[in-house]
Amino acid sequence: MTDLTNLGVKDIRDGVAKGDFTAREVASAFNAAVADAAALNAFIVTTPDYALAAADAVDSKRAAGEPLGAMAGVPIGMKDLFATDGVQTTAASHILEGFTPRYESTVSQKLWDAGAGMLGKLNLDQFAMGSSNETSYFGNVASPWKKAGSNAAMSPGGSSGGSSSAVAARIAPAATGTDTGGSIRQPAAFTGICGIKPTYGRCSRWGVVAFASSLDQAGPMARSVEDCAIMLGAMAGFDPKDSTSLDMPVPDWEAALNSDLRGKKVGIPREYRMEGTDQAILDSWEQGKVWLKDAGAEIVDVSLPHTKYALPAYYIVAPAEASSNLARYDGVRYGLRDLPDGSGLQDMYAATRAAGFGDEVKRRILIGTYVLSAGFYDAYYTQAQKVRALVARDFERAFEQCDVILAPTTPTASFPLGSMNEDPLTMYLNDVFAVPASLAGLPAMSVPATINADGLPLGLQLVGRPFDEQSVLNAGLAIQQRADFTAKPDKWW
Amino acid sequence: MSNYCIQGATGEWEVVIGLEVHAQISTRSKLFSGASTEFGAEPNSQVSLVDAAMPGMLPVPNRECIRQAVRTGMAIEAQINAWSRFDRKNYFYADLPQGYQISQLYHPIVGEGQLLIEADEKAGIAADKIIGIERIHVEQDAGKLMHDQHPTMSYVDLNRSGVALMEIVSRPDMASPAEAGAYVRKLRAILRYVGSCDGNMEEGSMRADVNVSVRRPGEELGTRTETKNVNSVRFVMQAIEHEAMRQVDVLESGGKIVQETRLFDPGTGTTRTMRSKEDAHDYRYFPDPDLLPLMLEEDFLAECRASLPELPDAKRTRYTDVLGLTPYNARELTAEVETFARFETLLAETAKVISKDQAKVATQVANWSLSVAPGVIKALGDEADPANATAAAQASILAMQDKGEISGGQAKEIFEIVLKTGRDPAEIADAEGLKQVSDTGAIEAAVDAIIAANADKVEQYRGGKEALFGFFVGQTMKAMGGKANPGVVNQLLKAKLG
Repeated sequence: MTDLTNLGVKDIRDGVAKGDFTAREVASAFNAAVADAAALNAFIVTTPDYALAAADAVDSKRAAGEPLGAMAGVPIGMKDLFATDGVQTTAASHILEGFTPRYESTVSQKLWDAGAGMLGKLNLDQFAMGSSNETSYFGNVASPWKKAGSNAAMSPGGSSGGSSSAVAARIAPAATGTDTGGSIRQPAAFTGICGIKPTYGRCSRWGVVAFASSLDQAGPMARSVEDCAIMLGAMAGFDPKDSTSLDMPVPDWEAALNSDLRGKKVGIPREYRMEGTDQAILDSWEQGKVWLKDAGAEIVDVSLPHTKYALPAYYIVAPAEASSNLARYDGVRYGLRDLPDGSGLQDMYAATRAAGFGDEVKRRILIGTYVLSAGFYDAYYTQAQKVRALVARDFERAFEQCDVILAPTTPTASFPLGSMNEDPLTMYLNDVFAVPASLAGLPAMSVPATINADGLPLGLQLVGRPFDEQSVLNAGLAIQQRADFTAKPDKWW
Repeated sequence: MSNYCIQGATGEWEVVIGLEVHAQISTRSKLFSGASTEFGAEPNSQVSLVDAAMPGMLPVPNRECIRQAVRTGMAIEAQINAWSRFDRKNYFYADLPQGYQISQLYHPIVGEGQLLIEADEKAGIAADKIIGIERIHVEQDAGKLMHDQHPTMSYVDLNRSGVALMEIVSRPDMASPAEAGAYVRKLRAILRYVGSCDGNMEEGSMRADVNVSVRRPGEELGTRTETKNVNSVRFVMQAIEHEAMRQVDVLESGGKIVQETRLFDPGTGTTRTMRSKEDAHDYRYFPDPDLLPLMLEEDFLAECRASLPELPDAKRTRYTDVLGLTPYNARELTAEVETFARFETLLAETAKVISKDQAKVATQVANWSLSVAPGVIKALGDEADPANATAAAQASILAMQDKGEISGGQAKEIFEIVLKTGRDPAEIADAEGLKQVSDTGAIEAAVDAIIAANADKVEQYRGGKEALFGFFVGQTMKAMGGKANPGVVNQLLKAKLG
């Protein structure tokens, strides 16, 4: 039997359905791989019993001749931002350590309903704030990749760093991610996997610990475009419990996958040629154009003139929302409570939040509180919302000329853990290409393109019109077929 | 104009009053969650995951709350904003699980409206007055802290957390405690007519923040203070009275009014400082990103409008103009939902039983409803079973009276028995002999006998001593055992005495 942990979502689903192997065998293989990969620190908690129970349910269904779901027999990692009934949910923060919800997020429930099983809760940047997975209270996540000639632990990207590390290391065939300003795409690019953030509203936010409500969007992370299409289909759908959920049917993305791009136009945004971008990244972008042209697409130049204002606007809007969203962690009802002797309510708040939140979270709460303050609100928040509208309008206009936009996912490849901690701004800049699509609520995906001179993966990003995940997936598939990205990290863990 | 003025040591002062009334919207579930809103439940028994602000929980607007706010706006002839938005008001407190209250600062659902308070000489309101209403917005209530459960700790009850409130903000158009009282009463009546709030101030369904300032007649507005959470009409009036006097005292002794939030103490009828402007929170309002703007469709608005009942002003006008009631009766009958509901039911029933237009019997029914029936019920006290006071029974009594079968006194007596026993009024009239004689023959015989027996008095009467007429009536009634129809008696006596 082949090593089951090399299989992706589609192969596992089809193999289980055909009877090539059982779901239990798959779950056991991945449980073992997870147990063997503690050095990656990709999981905060592992739930092997959950994976086995889901697998057994699928095997029984198959034995009974019942129809199997879209994710039947596929064990996955669940980013620890999704509330899971009976399993600790922390957002990688001390303030929620030990918090065990008695409810299940809509997205995770849909995945279980589709036959997926849970390997465990994946590590992430605390409250999804970070681009390197170094802000987790539960320790850094290491990428399975190493820089050629170095033994330094590399960043898996963030915030969905546990997800990217686990999928790249093949200890999970797929994982959930969430993307607020690149948190699916950037880690996918760093680790040589695929990840798609769908149109804002496709996936319910109900039961997902909130970072910035108007930007947060869940999506799948896996090793192929097909796997992403399958898993996104299982995650998406209207949810009346989320007022911002899209009330529209979920297309069968997998069935409509088509890498023939004849008649399609691919836009190249000129403003994305930014200073500070690695030459290798620019080269891979050029290569991407060639691939898509080869797939039949016409390449057109487009302009997104407000691109350079997107990141500053993001770092006003997202912290503003976060400062309010995180006010509920106050030590009153659940999670950490630090109540010094003889202290009152204000002391309890201060002590609890000082002890419970990490530095990056505190930094963003402070930024957010500041930009919403009386006297500053218009100068910052209102202005940022105007910029956001302009960024969205840029895309609208660009999409009058093209069907999908091709850009780099990140300005650099992965970097060693600890190497970017001096100045938070340099870290923020890593999301410069990812943030505009987030502000505009557009579907955007990263697919692996190549390996740089250091032996590290580089990703390419595709951005589509609202609701047009299909064009993004199709262009991604065209790149995947031509990039023939087969590199995998050598096992060191 | 109001004549209300405060006579200070240095001259007259006018009072300027604006009210922010918080009214709990009468719905079974909360503004953004499905949890129940029933009053008086065990602490924390009506708390959903959303109300407790568990991680990842999201608000979903309750359509019925929105509908009631819109209907209320329509009832005060306000502009309804088809596009409105929810904002977060951020502050930390133990009774506020989310760390913010979802409210509407920038784009409220209801804009400019107005409300009429009526002239009331007794209360010191000289003429009808329109009070402007600036806006109504919808927001969440907070939970409640309980400080008496533990020697060193406070407990939190989240049953009220997330309950829907309307904040109804008036213009500073009121100039006396009486006007403010009338405003609150009128607003309460409208809310109750519409059914958007039960108006129960004791249970906290309605409470007011009172903004007061004073100024010299005709001068610019003075600095105002806001007294929070005043929960009865009487307290609103007391708070204004006290606060206005306090401000006058401060100003006249050379001090300045500090813009601040104050608390009302119902025990002493006074107000005291809660926090000054310097300590005021910066609420960091911003649009709630969990919620889309609220857009109201034409159909929805049309349904809201169509479902509005006849409102107090329209009803009052109809009572005087169509039913011919006195302004006093019309006002009394329309003040409360229960009152007009009972009146209209009885009026319809009585008109049906008597086969007359409502207008023909309205005055009789109004007098019965406002004075006769309540008088009897009150006199009986615990002996009365209010359930026996059905519209059918009362209409039957009123019909007998209308036909002259019973007198007013007999009507009361019959009603008394009805209240005590629930027996049928017609049966009571028969069985208890509570009927008056309208048989002209019997009365005529009695009249003839009395005229014959009192020839001297007849002589005096005919000679111009008209006061003797009462004597003949009394004698006749006595002879008839008190059961003669007074109308018939009068008529016969007049004819026979010439």
